This record gives sequence, C-alpha cells and structure tokens, in this order.
Amino acid sequence: MASTEQTKVVVPLGKLSKAGVLSFLSAQGILIFFLIGMFVFSFFSEQFLSQSNIMTVVRQASIIGIIAVGVTVVIIGGNLDLSVGSMLSFSTVLVVDLHDKIGPTNAILLMFALTLMIGAVNGFLIGFLRLNSLIVTLAMLSAIQGFVLIYSGGQNVDIANQENTWFAFFGRGFVGGIAVPVLMFGLLAILIQVVMSYTGYGRRIFAVGGNPMAAVYSGIRKNWCVFSTYLISAFCVACAALVLGSRVMGSQNNVGQGYELLVLAGIILGGTSLLGGAGSIWKTVIGVLILGFIQNGLLLMGYPYYIQWIVTWVIIILAVWLDLANKRKRLFTSHS
Amino acid sequence: MNASSPQSRQPIDAAPILELKGITKRFPGVVALNNVDFDVRPGEVHALLGENGAGKSTLMKVLAGKHQANEGKIILGGQEMAFENPKHAKRAGVVLIHQEQSLVSEMTVAENIFLGSLPRKSFNRVDWRKLREDTNKILERLKCGFQHDDLVGSLSIAKKQMVEIGRALAFTPQVVVFDEPTASLTDHEKPVLYDVINSLCEQGVGIVYISHRMDEIFHLSHRISVLRDGEYTGTVNTADTNEDEITRMMIGRSLTLDHASKPTDFGDNMLEVRHLSVKRVFEDVSFNVRKGEIVGMYGLVGAGRSEVAETIFGLRKPSAGDVVLDGEVVNFRNSHDAVMSGVALVPEDRKDQGLILGMNCRDNMTLASLSSVSSLGFMTSAKEREVYDKYHQAMKIKTPSWRQKVGNLSGGNQQKIVIGKWLHTQPKLLILDEPTRGIDVGSKSEIHTLVKDLAKSGYAVLVISSEMPEVLGLSNRIIAMYDGRVTAEFDGDNVSEDALVQAITGMGKQAQAS
Repeated sequence: MASTEQTKVVVPLGKLSKAGVLSFLSAQGILIFFLIGMFVFSFFSEQFLSQSNIMTVVRQASIIGIIAVGVTVVIIGGNLDLSVGSMLSFSTVLVVDLHDKIGPTNAILLMFALTLMIGAVNGFLIGFLRLNSLIVTLAMLSAIQGFVLIYSGGQNVDIANQENTWFAFFGRGFVGGIAVPVLMFGLLAILIQVVMSYTGYGRRIFAVGGNPMAAVYSGIRKNWCVFSTYLISAFCVACAALVLGSRVMGSQNNVGQGYELLVLAGIILGGTSLLGGAGSIWKTVIGVLILGFIQNGLLLMGYPYYIQWIVTWVIIILAVWLDLANKRKRLFTSHS
Repeated sequence: MNASSPQSRQPIDAAPILELKGITKRFPGVVALNNVDFDVRPGEVHALLGENGAGKSTLMKVLAGKHQANEGKIILGGQEMAFENPKHAKRAGVVLIHQEQSLVSEMTVAENIFLGSLPRKSFNRVDWRKLREDTNKILERLKCGFQHDDLVGSLSIAKKQMVEIGRALAFTPQVVVFDEPTASLTDHEKPVLYDVINSLCEQGVGIVYISHRMDEIFHLSHRISVLRDGEYTGTVNTADTNEDEITRMMIGRSLTLDHASKPTDFGDNMLEVRHLSVKRVFEDVSFNVRKGEIVGMYGLVGAGRSEVAETIFGLRKPSAGDVVLDGEVVNFRNSHDAVMSGVALVPEDRKDQGLILGMNCRDNMTLASLSSVSSLGFMTSAKEREVYDKYHQAMKIKTPSWRQKVGNLSGGNQQKIVIGKWLHTQPKLLILDEPTRGIDVGSKSEIHTLVKDLAKSGYAVLVISSEMPEVLGLSNRIIAMYDGRVTAEFDGDNVSEDALVQAITGMGKQAQAS
C-alpha cells in the first residue's frame, strides 16, 4: 500500500510542477524576458522609457505590425506567406512612383488593386492548386523582387513635391495626437481580431488551419478560405506600403527586403503556432512591439544596428523552443 | 469455424515472464484502465479480449511504453520496469506489432526491419552484407515469400505485416504483442501468421494476442483474459471455457439490440443512388433510402462503403451515375453544397475527419452550421451556447465544460459531439459511417437509440458498419457490399447471418473457407 500511495502522490506532483513551469514559461516567458530586457535597457539608457521614445518605437513597429496582422491570418489558416517582403517593396515603389504620374488617389487605388492581385495569385496557387505555401511564396518573393527592378529600371523613386501633398498624411500625419501609422496598425489589428474571433469566417479559418480534412468534411469551402487569407495578407501589405511610401516620400527598390522574417519573428514571438489552427492577432501585436523595443533598446545602448538581426534570431529560437517544450512537457527530448 | 482442428491447448505451466499488476491509466475525463492485472508465460499465447474501448489497446500501449500508467507495476523477468518510451520497452524485449503499420514504403525489407539499428562498420558506414545476412535469418524464421531487397511498398498488406513481425524479431523479444493482426488478412494468409506465432512460442517467446475473432482465439491461445470498460474481469484457460462464457465476461450484460424498436413508418424516397461509379473504387452502386427509414450498409473494410458515402456527400467525383435527393438530381460538386442541401455525414475517422481536436467542444459543435448561430456574419455567443447546451443535454455528453478541447474527451463523447454537430444542420439525410467504432458500450447503445429515434422522427438514415449486430439491430433494410459492388439487399428483420456473411465475402470465397 505504501508504495502505491507514493506513486499516487509523488509522480503526478513532480510532473505537474515541471509541466506547470514549462507552460508558464511558454505563456509568459517572453513577457518576463521582455520586462527584464526593458529594465536592463532603461538602466543603460535614460531615454529608453521616455514617452517620446516609446512613441517612436510603436510608430516604427507599426509597418511590421500591419503586415504581421495579415500574415497571422494566413498562418492561422495553416499556411505561410514569405512573399510579403518583396510585395512591400513592389507596392511602395509603385505608389510612390505613380503619385506624381497619376495623382495620389489613383496611385493608391492602383497600388491596392495590383497588390491584391499578387495576393490572389498566391491564394490561387495555394488554395485551389494546393501547392505548398512555403515554396509558392518563396518563389513569389524572388519573382516580385524581379518585377520591382524591371518596373523601376533599378532606379530609386521619390515624390517630387513632398510639401504639398495630402499623401503625407498616412506616414506623417497625426489624428488626436496619435500618429496615423499607429492608428492604422491599431484599427487593422482590432478589425481583424474581431473578424477572427466573432465571425463565422474567422471560425472557419481556424478550422481549416486546425484540421483541413475535418473542415472539408464539415462542409467548409477550404480552398476559398485559404485563398481569402492571402487576400487579407496582401491588403495589409498594401496598407503598410501606403504608410512606408508616405513616410519616406521615396523608395528604394528593396525597401521591403527582410520584412518577411521580421514579420515572422513578431508572430512567433507573440506565440502564434506556425502549425496553424491557433493563435491570435493580439499575440502578434505584443510580439511585434516586443521586437520593436528590443531593437530600439539595442540601438540606444550603442550597438550597431545589425546586432539586432542576431538577437532576433536568438529570440525566435527561444520562442519556438519554449512553445514546443510546453507541448511535450519537457525542455529536452530523449527520443532520437 | 476454422478449418484446422480446434485442439484446445493446455495451459503452459511456467513462471510468468511478464506481469502487469494493478495498472491504472487515466486520461482527462476518463479512466481507461482501472486496477488491471495481466501476465504472460514464456511460450504461451495469451489472448486479450474485450469490446472496442474496453482498454485493450491502452493496456498494451502501457506495456510497450507508449503510455505511462498512473498506478501499477510492470515486472519483466522478475524486475520492475518503468518504460519511458517504446524504445526502452523494445530494448527490454517487449515489442508491439501495430494495428496501423509504420513501415517506410520507399525502403527495402531489410532496411525496414533494421530501421534505427542498421549494422555498422568502420566510419559509421552501413554494413550491407551483415544487414542482408541478418535479414535473411529473420526471413527464414518467418518463412515468407519475399526477399530482403524487395521494396516494402510493393508488398501486400499481409506481407507488410510479416515485415513488422520481422522488425520485432530483430530485437530478440521476450514478449510480442499482436494487436488485431488478422484484421486486414485474407483467409489463406492467416495460417502463415499462425505458423509464425507458433514457432515464436516454441522458441519460448510470450505472445499477447488481441483479437475480436473467437475462432482465432480458441484456435491459437492457451489462456484468455478479458477486459470490460477498463476493468479486468478475469483469466481462464482456453481448454476449460467456451465462447458463451467469454462473451458473458466481455459484455457483462445482455446487449441484444431491441429489434422491436426499429422505425416502421416510411415515407417517400429521400435518397436514390442510381448506378453510381467511381473508377477503380466502386461500380454501379444503386440503392435508396426512404424518409423515416434506417438502411444499413454492411461490408468489409475496403469494400467501398465509405467511398460511396463520400461520393454522395460531394467529396468524390462520380465517373458515372446520379445521386437523387428528395426527387432532385443533385450530384454535389463539393461538401459545402451537400451540407446546404441537407446531407450530413458523420465520417468514419472521428479524429481526422470529424473533429478539430484543438478546438473546444462548443466550436466543434457549431462548425457545420455557423450561419445558424450568426446574425449579419457575427456569431452570437448566446446562440452558440444554446446549441451546445441543447445537444450536450440531449446526448448526455460528459464534459467538464464547453471550453474543454475535444481532443481531451473519450471516443464516445467525441462521437456524440460529431453527431450533435450534424443534427444541428437539420439534415434531410443522415449518413453515419461506423458510428460506434472504438467507443464504450454505454455510449454505443445510447447512439443506437438515438439513431432509431431520429429515423422515427422522419430522418432518412444510412448507417455504414462492419459490425453485424449493429447492422442487424438498426436496419430496416441491409445493403451488402463486396469489392466495390452491391452484392445483395436484405430485409433487416428477416435475414440470416450466413447469408449476410456470404454476401460481403463474395460467394466463391465462402465456399473455399468452409
């Protein structure tokens, strides 16, 4: 009897506490890490926690954030979108170049239309032809960079009359004391979070990402669902291009290079699983902001900007590891 | 039943090589095993019986290190063991031959048998010669008709199973567990398996043999143990018992389905399938289901029954024929159209096809009828709860809360959620594909009652099942399928079991077997 008593009590308790620590780490670990980081940064730099610096960080994070909101939807639906980086280049170059040629309104409309078209191509190939999303969007990443160079002839573009255009509103404007990019980020995040949590459409995306076969057996039009997530992603990229083009009033050919990884980093950091079927926009918003603060802190501490790439890598690995460790209830695995 | 002489084997008198004592295994919301004892002696075949969901597979997974018991001891060769994973168990000499095969079809027989433990020579290179020799030694013991360099993908299911057994032999096992090994074997492939099992016994290996088929068990085993609803109900010597006693141990109470409660009032045709074919899957299938009627579709695994259901549901494209629903030719192009027109399919594979395991109970329940709980595209939480509560109560689903992930529920409760999901779509035609596979006895009879009540309230119901009692107990009419064709149609109340068996095995084969 004594021995059964022992197994009854000791084993579950031991397991529980370990699993509990892991799940706590995985759920809150990033936040703890973040708070420690904030503390360290504020120790080294008085500026760091100043209101103006915080506003700057949020503002800078908003472009990545806007894109990340869209890509989160794609990921919840069980796919990836790596093409957002060069799509951002494409859309920014397009809207900036066309601004002087056909006027801001037409430029914006055309840019949105063409960006959505790229999203539709991604969506068609992945949703209806069922090609692997990683490969399709990776190929798209490279193809669009090619299109951008063809379009621009390798030249950087800019807007000639930067002072007298309402186009500046999107990147430089303020509404009620809040920068427009931050406002757009916030509104898009709220809008899409509401769609994902409170509409049948959102529920179906979760279902498709969670178990595509069961979704089909429940009468859900899986192909359309997947297709639509790429339209959402493209729409968000177009919004980000609007902000970016308007803020810089010009654009390099490769302005969006590397954004796909930063976006992914933000999403993973927030805790949305790359396996699909789970996650939330709020998590992504938090992840993107953490990423922004870390980068800003490193800069303020005087590290060269490329250090942030390495730090970002470390953070992504940590985030993915903790997520997985939580699922298998231990940090290391004995299975080969 | 079996052609070979049913010699009742005397129990082998030896100290057990393996003992399980007081094994208890809990999953969230369910006790899968409660204080179960089990032992195996060297050189004996110990059959483990029990209904679906009785806990046989769970017990064996505990034994093979796939699950860890909450309580209890595993004693192998006098030593207490704690297997953390299947590899531990294999090294210690306990091997489980899987129901689902886990072979790599692109590799050769030899590579599969020694997967993960390929013999090596210097610089970590694979020692192909030794691999070949070792494999041939194992293949000799198995006496099977294939070579070490055959690709596993090119072998028949029976031969693949031999490869699985060969893989077990590579570990020089002390105990080998066979989990329903004959489920996918034809009658003339079975003796080969029996020979292998007998020769393993002669070599002193202890065999655990799980099967539903009484004839096999009485033919092969020395002792029989029975599980019922996760409880151990006893062990008997095969020589001293008979099928009746075993059945009573398994069921514990009368499970005869109440034939009188079948629906009796039929309306017009709801479903009419006319000469439906899908190339290389099934051919020229015709039948009908009337309002208020339960039609059973009976046949072996692979006869094409699920595929017919999937075609009606718009998941497969027919190469010929028509599906007529409520007097209209429909031929759905996708499942969405089928659902919109009032067809519901409770699929065969709950976990892969029926549920989103990571979602909670409520969300799974409303997944097929989201528009009914939404206004202007927005779901109303109150309406969703209403739907959930309705079926939660009506079907006696046991969950702590609607927030529970369905992945944590028992099979029976999961199945009830799938059925609830489809009932809420208010279908005209309800197709149930193996509605009670792998669920506990209690839920099973609840589901049977429910299906009959649904038909009485006017639903047209098509039930696909491989279990004869289920088909006989539910159906007004029975459609038998064999090898992609409808072979016969019976009146559900006046049909002999022999006739049914003949119809689903093909007449020629039956003659050969008897």
